[in-house]
Amino acid sequence: MKAILTLDNLASGLVTTIWTPVFVAIFLAIIAYAFWPRNKAAFDEAAHLPLREE
Amino acid sequence: MSQPSISKSMTIGESGLAVVFAVTAFLCVIASAKALDAPFAFHAALSAAASLAAVFVIINRYLDRPAALPPQEINGRPNYNMGPIKFSSFMAVFWGIAGFLVGLIIASQLAWPALNFDLPWTSFGRLRPLHTSAVIFAFGGNVLIATSFYVVQKSCRARLAGELAPWFVVVGYNFFILIAGTGYLLGVTQSKEYAEPEWYADLWLTIVWVVYLLVFLATVIKRKEPHIFVANWFYLAFIVTIAVLHLGNNPALPVSVFGSKSYVAWGGIQDAMFQWWYGHNAVGFFLTAGFLAIMYYFIPKRAERPIYSYRLSIIHFWALIFLYIWAGPHHLHYTALPDWTQTLGMTFSIMLWMPSWGGMINGLMTLSGAWDKLRTDPVLRMLVVSVAFYGMSTFEGPMMSIKVVNSLSHYTDWTIGHVHSGALGWVGFVSFGALYCLVPWAWNRKELYSLKLVNWHFWIATLGIVLYISAMWVSGILQGLMWRAYTSLGFLEYSFIETVEAMHPFYIIRAAGGALFLIGALIMAYNLWMTVRVGEAEVQMPVALQPAE
Repeated sequence: MKAILTLDNLASGLVTTIWTPVFVAIFLAIIAYAFWPRNKAAFDEAAHLPLREE
Repeated sequence: MSQPSISKSMTIGESGLAVVFAVTAFLCVIASAKALDAPFAFHAALSAAASLAAVFVIINRYLDRPAALPPQEINGRPNYNMGPIKFSSFMAVFWGIAGFLVGLIIASQLAWPALNFDLPWTSFGRLRPLHTSAVIFAFGGNVLIATSFYVVQKSCRARLAGELAPWFVVVGYNFFILIAGTGYLLGVTQSKEYAEPEWYADLWLTIVWVVYLLVFLATVIKRKEPHIFVANWFYLAFIVTIAVLHLGNNPALPVSVFGSKSYVAWGGIQDAMFQWWYGHNAVGFFLTAGFLAIMYYFIPKRAERPIYSYRLSIIHFWALIFLYIWAGPHHLHYTALPDWTQTLGMTFSIMLWMPSWGGMINGLMTLSGAWDKLRTDPVLRMLVVSVAFYGMSTFEGPMMSIKVVNSLSHYTDWTIGHVHSGALGWVGFVSFGALYCLVPWAWNRKELYSLKLVNWHFWIATLGIVLYISAMWVSGILQGLMWRAYTSLGFLEYSFIETVEAMHPFYIIRAAGGALFLIGALIMAYNLWMTVRVGEAEVQMPVALQPAE
């Protein structure tokens, strides 16, 4: 069946589709955050957190 | 009434909870009197008794305690709250043994059906949910609550939020288990796998779970450590997602507020989809995310090595969060579920390979520079082998979600074998490892009673798992192949009962494996009991400065 292109269909299609690029963008941002060189020292320190208490 | 000079008064929590429980007791007595069915009357009476006991305990606790509440810190060090952790650890061992035992009973029933005893209460249909709920929610749940309350305090360097609230969580949760478990035996079920408890138990669990979330969040918020450690992210994802899943899968309309029976709001394929969205994410967020939190704290701690890659742990976390929630439809291949939804579920399941293996590598590689400890420390070995089983079952799972593989494996014992390689190998072993660490820490013991017994536990249980899963693989594939075998004339080659007969030897092997796993757990219970009873106290600080517990 061919979808009929109306403004309503377009809007609901956009709303349901937009999440894919939005989630991909958020995930890419998280990867960038994890690998950002300036964050390395803080993460290395965090990796030792269980060993540091008391 | 005259006021004493030192002003000791009930906190809002104490007086409020006492009043709430008093009212609840009253309402439960009415509900019990007006009940439409016997199990509901029993549960209402049980709730009334428990509420009265709660009022009594709260008031008694108030009368016994000093005027001032326990301090947040003693001499600049957090005054950690270990009471609820001890309670949950104890309950975890108790329910674990109960759950493994019921598992052994139903495995034996499958091999020798006469063990049903022709009684409704001991029939397979009632004992099976008792087994699954006891091991997943009662054993696993108590391990998660105990470890999460420990890890959040230690890694945030802050005392657990609230005084009565953590107790409300641990006792309330175990009361939910009691209601759910006795309900199954009496025939109370809403017939949703892993979500069998009826509406009133669901409502109670919702209250307990929200308080759990609040206690956890409030502890994170008042943390002294600026960074929120990755294990806490996993715990938080577990708590939040289980709340969402529970609410999504369980909206139901009771036939009467005085009866146990209810009808779920969803119908038809929507109900099936909600059920397996719930069911698979119970695997993803209860049995995976929660126990990964244990991995990220307990393995570094026990190996005395930092996490191999903290960056990988961040990506591991978010990739799991983004992907897991879509995998549920693979439970409904070749059903009335739309084809595209099945393919979507399969695709996301396959993508889960990456974060699962990323996490496994991160856990294993944390041993870099400490591999020799595997030889000498059976507790660490248990933790590491659990991660290996995690890798194995998260490899097998996506493979089984592929439609052509699923067409052979679905509804067969292969699924049971897969589930148990994850449940016994991953969840079981990581829980045992965590309990072997946690019990000496929480009870302030220098070390375990006996590492030799841990070694025995490890090998006996491992042998049990190998027997279990290999028996189920053979049985499952045999079953699947027999179901699809045709004669040259196009008739089915085997009747159903012939396939059942063919599985008999494997069912005996499986029961033997389960028995070994249970024996291992009994050894652990003895070891932990002796650790608490006769273990040497660890002296960290002068006795006078010990936190009051």
